[in-house]
Amino acid sequence: MAENRRTKLYDLHIARGAKMVPFAGWDMPVQYPMGVLGEHLHTRADAGLFDVSHMGQVILRGPDAALALETLVPADIAGLGEGRQRYGLFTNDAGGVLDDLMIANKGDHLFLVVNAACADQDIAHLRQLESAGITVQPITDRALLALQGPKAETVLDRLVPGVAAMKFMDVAEFDWQGATLWISRSGYTGEDGYEISVPEAQAVALAEALLEQPEVAPIGLGARDSLRLEAGMPLYGHDMDAATRPAEAALGWSIPKVRRQGGARAGGFPGADVILAELANGASRTRRGLRPEGRAPIREGVEIFDASEGGASLGKVCSGGFGPSAGGPIAMAILPADLAEGATVWAELRGKRVAVTIAPLPFHKPSYKR
Amino acid sequence: MLKYTEEHEWLKQDGDEVIVGITSHASEQLGDVVFIELPEVGREVEAGEEIVVIESVKAASDIVAPVAGVITAVNEALPDTPGAVNDDAMSAWFFRIKPQGGVDLSGFMDEAAYNDLIG
Repeated sequence: MAENRRTKLYDLHIARGAKMVPFAGWDMPVQYPMGVLGEHLHTRADAGLFDVSHMGQVILRGPDAALALETLVPADIAGLGEGRQRYGLFTNDAGGVLDDLMIANKGDHLFLVVNAACADQDIAHLRQLESAGITVQPITDRALLALQGPKAETVLDRLVPGVAAMKFMDVAEFDWQGATLWISRSGYTGEDGYEISVPEAQAVALAEALLEQPEVAPIGLGARDSLRLEAGMPLYGHDMDAATRPAEAALGWSIPKVRRQGGARAGGFPGADVILAELANGASRTRRGLRPEGRAPIREGVEIFDASEGGASLGKVCSGGFGPSAGGPIAMAILPADLAEGATVWAELRGKRVAVTIAPLPFHKPSYKR
Repeated sequence: MLKYTEEHEWLKQDGDEVIVGITSHASEQLGDVVFIELPEVGREVEAGEEIVVIESVKAASDIVAPVAGVITAVNEALPDTPGAVNDDAMSAWFFRIKPQGGVDLSGFMDEAAYNDLIG
């Protein structure tokens, strides 16, 4: 089996006592000595530094690159202002989700960030656009860091003056000690914060400089998962995949009116007929929040029923665990859309049925700087 | 004297009963414990039977009965304070068991042997 890839921060993780795990073909830190619970709470209270260099960074250039990308992604990219970023989905002909991604308008080009596990497939998919005169440039010489939490603004502005003026989903370039940083005010935790693309040559120095700040602790994938779960954010491959349509994944919000039926640039992306009809008619099933009674977490794969005994299966948990800030177990599952908030369903856990309440998403209210 | 199992439990004899918990090494491997389900007092169990459910922020795992016998008591405070296992695994006991045919822990590891096991 091939060796896992290592990010530029690998030695830094080891030096700080990280427990490394294989993730999407990379060796990544799952936790540091602080532990998942402590790291989660630290990010919510102060600031956490995440190495997300495994994620794919791609630049698209060419005339009408935004319109070209709209043929693969049902988002409003042509209407995305310069210096702004937006969330979108790659869809397939069946209306399923191939990956989710961030798209930034950097003026003369688009900058995309895609999931590590899907990066190769996404890049191959994007190369379809080359026939339309678009250049697809995978960025392989930059690391990606995320600084998240209520102290992120203060901390990053101390090192990189000016970032405090950015608003949620703004993107901009800043100089740091001669290196050009591509910074967006965004993240995957439900907290205010930044994602920072940095040349590999300066990545360790920037990470060390951030970690020297008293508010900052390094955070692993374990807490990244519990933070995003509390924020109600889906994880590709778990909460949606090639067989899940956007409305089922509760991601219809990423498809604006202009791309829907009757919109100025309606359709024109893979699976448009199926996806837009479902958005217009309402999905029969969609991703819902779940709060189990008691303290036992219900994890991915646990089956949900409509009765405390017998009854019919309603679906399976797609993400679940313990929410440190939520103060108990939380989960998400794709379930009938007509289940009312507050309704009770049952999870089958170790042969026993546990009552579960349908809860609003997110579990933890985000604190973005809009 | 404490004895240890290959399943990373510590065993402490107290008269004709054995007190059972998990080792510090096990608690570190599990990560932050968030849920514990203990057996019913009075339950008769087989050696190797899964009788405790322990969930950390990372995963679920089971704790098995080290010997056949009857559960005589459980640490009722533990389900409300599961993090006690991480704070001090050696004092966060799970249950007491009265082994069938009396206490004989001679087949279990001593501390030196357990330390060799966990390297």
